[in-house]
Formats: sequence, C-alpha cells, structure tokens
Amino acid sequence: MILETTQQALQALFAGSVPADEAEAGTPRGNGVLTRDYKTHGYHLDAQVAADQLLAAVTILDEGGFFIESITGVDWIKDNQLEVIYDFSRYDFDTCRVIIRTRMPREKPEVPTISTIYAGANWHERETHDFFGIKFAGHPHLVPLLLPEDADFHPLLKDFKA
Amino acid sequence: MSAPIQLRPDETFLLNVGPQHPATHGVLRVKMQMDGEYIVKAETVLGYVHRMHEKMGENRTYAQYLPNLSRLDYLGALGYTHGHVLAIERAAGIEVPERAEYIRAITVELNRVASHLFWFGAFVMDLGGFSPLMYAIQDREHILDMLEAVTGARLTYCYYRFGGLYNDVDDDFIEAAKRFIPRMRKSLKKYDALVSGNIIFQKRLEGIAPVSAEMCRKYGATGPVARGSGINFDVRKNEPYSVYPEFDFDVPVYHECDSLARYKVRMDEMEQSLRIIEQGLEKLPDGPIMVEKKPKTIKLPVGDYYQAVETARGSFGIRIVSDGDKNAYRLKLRSPTYSNMHLFDEACEGMLIMDALAFMGSLDLVIPEIDR
Amino acid sequence: MSLTLLNVIVAVVIAIAFAAANAAYLVWAERRGAARIQRRPGPNINGPFGLLQPPLDGIKLMTKQLMIPGGADKILFMVAPVLAMAPAIMSFVTIPFSEGIAAHNMELGVLVIFAFASMGAMAILFAGWGSRNKYSVMASVRAVSQNVSYEIPMLITAITVVMTTGSMDLKMISMAQSGGFWHWNIFPSLQSPLMPISFIIFFICSLAETNRAPFDLGEAESELVAGFHTEYGSMGFGLFFMGEYANIVIGASLTTILFLGGWDCPFGMFPGVWWFLLKIYLLIATFIWIRWTFPRTTIYGLLNLSWKILIPISLFNLLLTAGLLKVF
Repeated sequence: MILETTQQALQALFAGSVPADEAEAGTPRGNGVLTRDYKTHGYHLDAQVAADQLLAAVTILDEGGFFIESITGVDWIKDNQLEVIYDFSRYDFDTCRVIIRTRMPREKPEVPTISTIYAGANWHERETHDFFGIKFAGHPHLVPLLLPEDADFHPLLKDFKA
Repeated sequence: MSAPIQLRPDETFLLNVGPQHPATHGVLRVKMQMDGEYIVKAETVLGYVHRMHEKMGENRTYAQYLPNLSRLDYLGALGYTHGHVLAIERAAGIEVPERAEYIRAITVELNRVASHLFWFGAFVMDLGGFSPLMYAIQDREHILDMLEAVTGARLTYCYYRFGGLYNDVDDDFIEAAKRFIPRMRKSLKKYDALVSGNIIFQKRLEGIAPVSAEMCRKYGATGPVARGSGINFDVRKNEPYSVYPEFDFDVPVYHECDSLARYKVRMDEMEQSLRIIEQGLEKLPDGPIMVEKKPKTIKLPVGDYYQAVETARGSFGIRIVSDGDKNAYRLKLRSPTYSNMHLFDEACEGMLIMDALAFMGSLDLVIPEIDR
Repeated sequence: MSLTLLNVIVAVVIAIAFAAANAAYLVWAERRGAARIQRRPGPNINGPFGLLQPPLDGIKLMTKQLMIPGGADKILFMVAPVLAMAPAIMSFVTIPFSEGIAAHNMELGVLVIFAFASMGAMAILFAGWGSRNKYSVMASVRAVSQNVSYEIPMLITAITVVMTTGSMDLKMISMAQSGGFWHWNIFPSLQSPLMPISFIIFFICSLAETNRAPFDLGEAESELVAGFHTEYGSMGFGLFFMGEYANIVIGASLTTILFLGGWDCPFGMFPGVWWFLLKIYLLIATFIWIRWTFPRTTIYGLLNLSWKILIPISLFNLLLTAGLLKVF
C-alpha cells in the first residue's frame, strides 16, 4: 500500500530513530516521519524535514503520484521559528495524505522552492511569502500575489500590528 | 482550429482583461500579451477582493468564525461551513446526531445544484446565448426559497453549528423539496435539448483548452476540472465524511479533457445531487438536531487538523493549527478555485481570446474564493 | 416639373420616416420578443405595452453628454455613426413596397442596395480605429472580415435570382413572381432547382451582414465589452443602434423581394403593400427569435462557414442555373 511505501521512502531520508510526538507541549519535535490518527487529525503521514532535505522528500512524493494540495505557513513566535507545511494527497482510492513540514529561524526564513517539481506550488509559495515573509530560493517570480504589489509588510506574523 | 500557429512574440500588444469585465465573474485581472487575437502569455493578477480571512480566523473564536466561511464562495456557501464544522467536530470529538447529518447533506446538495445552475446560466451567457440564464435563475429561485425558509438566508448561510444545526426543518421544506426534484429533472432535460444539443454550442467547446491529467496533478486541480480530465476523484467517495457512505450516487468522469467534458461533468453532477436529495429525504430519521452536551467555548487539543469536503468547485480543505486556546493559532483555507485558476496561465498560451474566456467560464471561478 | 420634384421629395421623406420609425419600434419589438423568450415581461411600464419606451429612450440618448475619448481621432470618431446610419436610410429609397409605392425606383436597384450595404463595413472600421481602444480595434477587425466574407455569397445568390428574372430592377423582380405563391422564387423551378438552398444562404448572409447573433462577434458583449462601439455614448451609440435596425429591415425587404414575391399575396388575390409588410415583419420576428436562442460562433467557425461552405454552394448554384437557363 502506498502509505507504507511512502513512509519507508521518507524514513530513508533520516538516518536514525523515529522522533517522539510533540505531545510534550513546548518542545518542538525533531526531524523524522510520524503516522497520525486519521480519524482525529485528518491526515496519515507527518514528516518533518530540514530545509536541505525538502526537495528530496518532495521528489519522492512526486514519483509516488501525489498532488499538491496546499502550502501553509505558521509563525511560532515563542520558539522564534517559522514553519512551512506542505500538504499532499492522492487522486486514487489508495487514500494517503502526507504532510511535510520544515522549520526555519525567524530572522532568516529561507527555504528552497518546489515549483520546479510541482508547478502549482508557484502561487502557494507567493502567498506564503506575502503573509509571512518567507523567501523561497529559486522561485521565478516572488512578488506579492494577494497583497498590493508594493506591500512590504507581512500580516500573518504574530507581531504584526496593523 | 486551434492548430499550431506561428506566434510572433515581438509583435505583441498588452491587453488588460481588467478588473471590470463582463466575462471574468468577479474582480479578476488577467494581463495578456496578444498577437492579434492569439494569447502569447497570460498573467493573472489577484488580490482585488482580498479580505484576509485567515487573519480573522486567528482573532476570533471558532464559533465567531462561522459566518466568515459563507463569504468565501458565496454560491456554494453551505459546503464551506460544512467543512469548518466537520473539522472542529472531528478534532474535538463531538458526535453529531443522525438527523442533523442527514439535513446537512440534503441542504449541501441543494446548494450544489443552485451553484451549478448559476454557473450554467453565466457560462452560456459568456458564450453569447443570453436566454438560458433566465431559466436557470428561475430554477435556482425555487431552491433559494426553500433554503431561506429553513436557514434564514438566501446566499450567505450560517446554518450549521458545532454539534448539529440551530433550526430544524419542517414538513413544508420536505414537501417543497419533494416537489422540486421532478421539476428540476424536467428542466435538466430542457437544458439538454436546447443547450447541450446545440451544434453551435458544441463546436464552441469541443477540443477547446485541453487540460491533461498530469497537468491537473501538478497544479492540484480538483472537482469538475479534474473529473473532466479523466481523474476519478471526489472527496465524498475517496475520503467519505458525514453521512455520504449511506447514499448511492455516481461520480461522473469524462476523459476528453476539453471544456465540453467539464461542462458535461457539471450537468451530470446536478442529476446525481438530485438522487442524493431524494434518498436523503426518504431516509431522514427523527431525533434531535443538536448534540446534548458540548462545551460552551470550544478549545481544540494541541496539534493540527485537516478536513476536506467536496464543494461545487472542488475539494475545499481547512487546516487548523491549535495551541489549546479558544482561538485558532493558524487557520488555513485551501480553496479549490485557487488551484484550478492556476492552470489558466499555462494552459491558455496560444489560444484565441474567445476560447480563453470560454475556458475561464468552464473552470467555474468565484473570485472571492481565490482571494479570500 | 416642380410637381415631379415635389413627388420625389415627399417620397424620400416618407421613406426616411418609415426607416426611422421602424428602427425605433423594432427596438421595442426586440426587447419584448427577447423578454417573452426568456420568460419575463419586457418593457411594459411606459405607456400601454411599453410602447412609449422608444421615444423616451431617444430623448434620454439625445440629452446625454457626448464624450470623445482623449487621443481619439476626432474626425473618424464622429463620422463613423453617421456612416453607419446614412447608407441604410438611403437604400430605403429604392425599395418598392408595392406596385405604385416606391420612392424612386431604379433600374439597377439590386446593385444600389449592395453598394450602400458595403459602406457599412467602413463605418465599423472607422469606429474601431477612431476609438483608440484595443477592444474596439479587435472587434472591428473581426466585424470587417465577417462583413466582407458574407457579402460574397449574398451577391452570388442575388445574381442567381437576377439571372432567372432577367433584370436588376427590384420592381420587375417582384412583378415576375406575381400570381400566387407557386410563382415565388423560393420554390425550385425548371431553370433553378436549388432555389430553396439559395434562400437559406441569403437568409444566413443577411444575419451575418447585420451583425446579428449568432454572428455578432463585432459587438460580442461578454468578451469585448461592447465591441466597436464601446467608446460611444449618447447619440453616437443611438445612431449605430438605429443603423443596425434599419439594416435589418433592408435585409428582410431584400429577402422578401428576391425570394418571397414582394407584395404578392400567396393566393394571388389582393396584392398590396400589406403583404409586403407582413412578410418583412415575419422575417424580422425570425431574426429576433434566432438571436435569443443561439450562442455565438467562433471567428474561425464563422469564416469557415462562409468560405468553405456557403461560397462553394452558391457558386455551384450559379453555374447550374446559368447552364440550365442556356438549355431551357
């Protein structure tokens, strides 16, 4: 089943053990692949990668036939980090939703773009850049999408005062 | 027809299919580099209706956020609120009584038919046939009257609550819905004869704007756009939610990948929705419409949650990242038209502008949903 | 001499008045017809059945501000609506409404009407270019190519009728069909068995010449805002509008005279102007019906229809008729 094959392929990116769940609130979890309870959370696999493993992980999913659902940014101001969450899903009945997360320091938020692999990531990354100021290295046209063209503020940051 | 033509990229002019234009269904701007009537390059400029719903999600409690979702896709608003309440109920572990689930399914399907009717009228009007719009809107009025009596709103519904509904349906609604179904089936036959069977209409759409299944996958297109390209993906069947496993309905899939296939998918979907409504009305159980005990202010456990539902335009996803507080820490709305619209820039290169506008109509765009 | 001159002037004034009244009230008929097809009432507030709507609309159009876009070519901009309206009104002068009723019947009536009709294409070009608006230019380019390509089958079909009758005089053509509907040109005769097809080709071409749906690419409302008359307001738009309806009346009159027997009664009993009017209004009702039923064709579908289908058929018809005329 695709769930197991994808989990193994993603796990191969990390040499080491499966990280513990971040149920102990406050400590961010380490990199690795986790399975989630689909009934509560709504997705199956949760992989946290470092910024340089991102393209490898996304290529595994592309070869597996996943489609890109969405890209979200989250501002963890208490940990002084920004997070980008990539949602992937499948068209066939072998349902498997995979999340790839990556964290980066708040002062220097940079992550490689995946728009070379998934063309649809273009607009999602532009929107995340709009809202959080995350720079996607290698993006062909990283200008504001939803905000005005000359906007230099990032509204969804937690310390944004209107 | 759209045979390979030699475009001359250095002899182009810029045509602004501007924010105010009869064909763009909202405030959308497409900057097109044109060579005569052929499009050399198109660039979509969004953001004219951007209201920052995601920031509002962080500043409001979950219950206060309920009305916001109707303002996204105002034509199919019930599907969006359904996704939102399902996400919260799934995360908080709230069980919804069966009668409420059935009523939710019936109203969502009625809303889907209303949304498709409006799309149908507007699409044929884009192509130049002004009359079917009036007929479609008249049919839609029947649905809006029914839904207004139950929910209190005609367009931007706020009917579902966490754990059920706030208002029960009465016998008038059930009788009206039962009368509506055969009438709608007659109308669908009429539209079939007058519009789908019209040779000018078919020539206008056949072979126009082919979108391959691989392109759909790269852009994340869902809904009738993907189903018109041969992808059998419907969230109600692939990831069943609510009470949909109890219903017997088909998912129309066409493999021609052109605009006519997308059109036919939506017309068939209307018939399938009528089937679901029929079965729902038959099987509607008695009982309460609201769960007995639920917390006064909902706080979700720490973590992130995702819920996908099938709306009229595709798979709407809502991702809630919670830190245990009564507001969401991050609320992300994944709108289907956003991914569908992204196809337009790449797919319309080399097309005539009339074909590109017909393509836009077949994508069924609602701009407030793209801009949020 | 002065009496004849007076006759001519009165006749011309009546022809112009007829054209103007038609143009105004056809708008009313179109709006009511469109509304009934779309299951709504149409204008019914101003006057009984909304009959006062056209004069009031005329007053509204005349009192609006006449705006010329900055940078537009003033001469072309202002000449275009006049050029759209004037030839249409002038063609009315040659149309025989009945045996005695014709403003000034000419021996080359068919040629005169077609000559005036082709000036309409110039009006569209002037309007599109003079507006300094990319949408207008695109629309006028489409409309001109459409006009040119549909004039050809129209002319060829008219020549076929002229050949069977032997005269270009519109009165002679009508009188040659008198005596009952079996004499009408629409029915196949020994010399010309494909006449019904000629009628259909002529009908389609008149739809296309007057820029009516399904061939209304020049003013494709949903794509190009309003096509070549986007930048016109007030009386400029009013003149284009009235010119279009005057053209429709001329198209219908020409079809009637060439194919449906002019002022002839179907059973040969009471020929007169009332039959002529009845026939043209039936044709115009069909024009209106077709407009509100069909969507728009694409530009290549339109041009394909003309060049690849209508022109070969009409040419074949012409040669066939010529050959049969020689034989019989």
